[in-house]
Amino acid sequence: MAFTAFSGPATAAAEPAARRRSPIALFLLLPGIFYLVLFFVTPLISLVITSLQAPDPLIFGQYVNAFNWQNYVTVLETYWPQAIRSGGYAALATLFALLIGFPLAYFIGITLRPYPLIQSLALVLVIAPFFISFLLRTLAWKQIFSTEGPVVGLLSAIGAMPAGSSITGTDFAVVFGLTYNFIPFMVLPIYATLVSLDLRLLEASNDLYGSPATTFRTVTLPLSAAGVMSGTLLTFIPAAGDYINASREFLGSTETTMIGNVIEANFLVLQNFPAAAALSLILMAFILVLVAAYVKRSGTEDLL
Amino acid sequence: MKGFGKYAIWAYSIMAFVFLLIPIVYTIVFSFNDSRRTNIIWNGFTFENWLTVCEAQGVCQAFGNSLLIGVAATLLATTLGTMIAIALVRYRFRFRSTTTLLIFLPMATPEVVLGAGLAAQFLQAGVPKGIGTVILAHTLFCLSFVVVTVRSRVLGLNPALEEAGRDLYGSPFQVFWRITFPMLLPGIVAAALLSFALSFDDFIITNFNRGADVTFPSYIYTAAARGIPAEANVIASAVFFLAIAIVLVAQLSAAARRRKLAKA
Amino acid sequence: MTNNEVPKSGFAEAGADLELVGITKRFPGFTAIEELDLTIPAGSFFALLGPSGCGKTTTLRLIAGLEEPTAGRILIGGKDVTATKAYQRPVNTVFQSYALFPHMTILQNVAFGLKRRGIANADALAHEALQLVELDHVAGRKPTQLSGGQQQRVALARAVVNRPALLLLDEPLGALDLKLRRQMQVELKDIQSEVGLTFLHVTHDQEEAMTMADTVAVMNKGRIEQMGPPQELYELPHTAFVAKFLGQSNLFTGDVVSSSSTSMVVDAAGSKIEVPVARAQRTSGRVTVGVRPEKVTLHDAAPTATSGRNVIGPGRITDVSFSGVSTQYEVTIPHLGAISVFAQNTSISSLHHDGDTVWLSWAVDHAFGLADEAEAEPVSRFHADLDTSMIAVQSRKDLEAELEEA
Repeated sequence: MAFTAFSGPATAAAEPAARRRSPIALFLLLPGIFYLVLFFVTPLISLVITSLQAPDPLIFGQYVNAFNWQNYVTVLETYWPQAIRSGGYAALATLFALLIGFPLAYFIGITLRPYPLIQSLALVLVIAPFFISFLLRTLAWKQIFSTEGPVVGLLSAIGAMPAGSSITGTDFAVVFGLTYNFIPFMVLPIYATLVSLDLRLLEASNDLYGSPATTFRTVTLPLSAAGVMSGTLLTFIPAAGDYINASREFLGSTETTMIGNVIEANFLVLQNFPAAAALSLILMAFILVLVAAYVKRSGTEDLL
Repeated sequence: MKGFGKYAIWAYSIMAFVFLLIPIVYTIVFSFNDSRRTNIIWNGFTFENWLTVCEAQGVCQAFGNSLLIGVAATLLATTLGTMIAIALVRYRFRFRSTTTLLIFLPMATPEVVLGAGLAAQFLQAGVPKGIGTVILAHTLFCLSFVVVTVRSRVLGLNPALEEAGRDLYGSPFQVFWRITFPMLLPGIVAAALLSFALSFDDFIITNFNRGADVTFPSYIYTAAARGIPAEANVIASAVFFLAIAIVLVAQLSAAARRRKLAKA
Repeated sequence: MTNNEVPKSGFAEAGADLELVGITKRFPGFTAIEELDLTIPAGSFFALLGPSGCGKTTTLRLIAGLEEPTAGRILIGGKDVTATKAYQRPVNTVFQSYALFPHMTILQNVAFGLKRRGIANADALAHEALQLVELDHVAGRKPTQLSGGQQQRVALARAVVNRPALLLLDEPLGALDLKLRRQMQVELKDIQSEVGLTFLHVTHDQEEAMTMADTVAVMNKGRIEQMGPPQELYELPHTAFVAKFLGQSNLFTGDVVSSSSTSMVVDAAGSKIEVPVARAQRTSGRVTVGVRPEKVTLHDAAPTATSGRNVIGPGRITDVSFSGVSTQYEVTIPHLGAISVFAQNTSISSLHHDGDTVWLSWAVDHAFGLADEAEAEPVSRFHADLDTSMIAVQSRKDLEAELEEA
């Protein structure tokens, strides 16, 4: 299951002891490794080179290779609000996805365990959003939240909101969209740990004077920590880099721009490649530091 | 108290499921909207959009491009990824942890960084952007997911079966194709489906590398500013129904097999 | 909400009585326990013995509070606990799978219950409990680093450390090999006499139940068939199920043909078997009587009939299996079927061989009469062999007859 990618120990224990050395290994590895080097490592190097480029003094809009590290200072000075907003939005979306996703994963993995058929159908419901276009379901929320939509209509009818106002384009709408879109990434890894949780351990805790709340805190939660960790990373990483939800055509406005929107605009619209590259590398460095800290704290050494 | 907690989780979960399904239902319902220009306000029920789906300009072209990209990237990623997964589990080699890191990192990299990086590289190398570059880009991010998915399947494979195959006079080649591969097949199929789904629905990486070619998500993105035609909802709904049907058939047949086993 | 709190009071001074009154437990589709009444006196080592699916584990889970009874009441030390939750009951369980928390160290596992009850020196007490099971040196390890036997002892320490009024053991020795199992049986017994708790042990292993418990209750199909000290249960089973589940028995069914104030005679397919009235549950009509295989003696020639001894035969030895201490013979007697005999190997050479013709005898005082009738004996492999050869002979005769006719 790809969704347990960030929770190593469970699969690491199953490693077979006997591994052989063989030239076949090279045959199997080389094509894929070559691909990753060509299309992952060298693009990163390209990004580094691009991020240090300086404007061509002769031709406007062209850049030449240089060691223009001031690009990093410039983008941070210009775009620090978007960078902070991205982190904040992604953190909030991760938190909400956890609050919605954990009970849902618990429900499917533990409450529905006596009913395997309903359990597998519930799991299908969780991954169902994957099967319909990411953009269309975000647009659906936009229309539901629009000024003419049912939510605003209801809220203004009960006087909670002035008529004609809009929910789209607010911080709320963007965080809402991010939460919605990445909930399955939160639910699936937590489900994967809970579905294999030995219920007899919960009974043992109950038997040893652990009330339901204590049992949850001391047994269920620690034993699903790997899934929670995997889920938060799988939610936070794409949410931090996302620019669909925050864009004007979808749930955002000019007030909700995230770092992804800035990178996209600089690269594809403004053609300011060095700025886009520098921002990309800053985002990547930020995420890698976070992942490393997280993985280290959770004691996961084997990444895959 | 116990009863209350039990009802609470049922109620909460059903609300969560409804929440997950709202935009799906919305998208499907609006595929039947008798929309004139923009598909925002409900104008009445019609089958028209489903029957004349390709009449909206560019929708079917974009859909076809997405299919082509999805199939090509899936084939490439599944082949390369399966080979790596087998090597990771079965063989010892130097730079093992570096390899693992190399496979893990693309999954920990935000799509916008992957997209911008590839675009920067294609720009520097002077490669014209189009469907070809999108396929290359999609293969990259599908590759890691294939490795992780297939790897867990290889880990679950009992090596004694392959040993039994060798013991019964199977050459290494025969043992692979007659024993290893069929047993890995469910994992490989799962990885391929995952790859296709990831590729088909990808927008961010595509947007950086597509040049002038249009995929289904990028069609929607461009159309979003002036209003999405209902035909886009038709295609998305059709894909949704197809995918759900595949998953349901797989789940139900697995459940039926379990019941049969339990009875036997 | 006082009834929602875990018991914070100190340790139980001694075990408490357990009383089940009219307990019924129904699951969707089947009834696990029907109208069960059971009293277990404080301080006893009580075993609930039965085959899988007899309801013994359900009974245990009801007492622990992990299941709710459909009807009936559960009293511990005279206090009705039926409505209380598992974590509120002064009861601890040693689970069949041990159910040690994999994310906690051994010490944390053992101290878990104490900490939940807010007991101050939990760690010190946990160390003491680990010393009791001689595992204090692994206190810092995780459960997966321990062997099965060690895990079992940790599970025991984790339960015992709470000094529960009642300790429940759910097939705790099931996963252990024979040697460890013996060792643990002794240890459990020692711990029980040391700490003086009430032990309720659930098992399907009759030997385990008999060696460890003061009182054994044999359970079948959700009911208790018979209850008493192990020796009494073995020597004087009341039902066919107990006679066959607890050790082996040779059972004969027939009508009572004569009876006096002290004994009765049963005619089992022509063989006369005498049973003391005091050892019979029923004394008239069709009854099933029996005798244990080790009480039966083999004779090469017909023994002279003496009073106080049942004699049957002749029969043929159809199987001999040597097991070191004793030899088990299978003797087939026409109309009566196969009878098992255990003979102590007190002489150097085995006296009897496969195919020998023998007579059997046993003391009348060793026979017992049951309250119910034995169901038709399940066809053993010896019968099957006989049957197939009989069929072969029969079909050959049929074939010959056919040929003659033609």
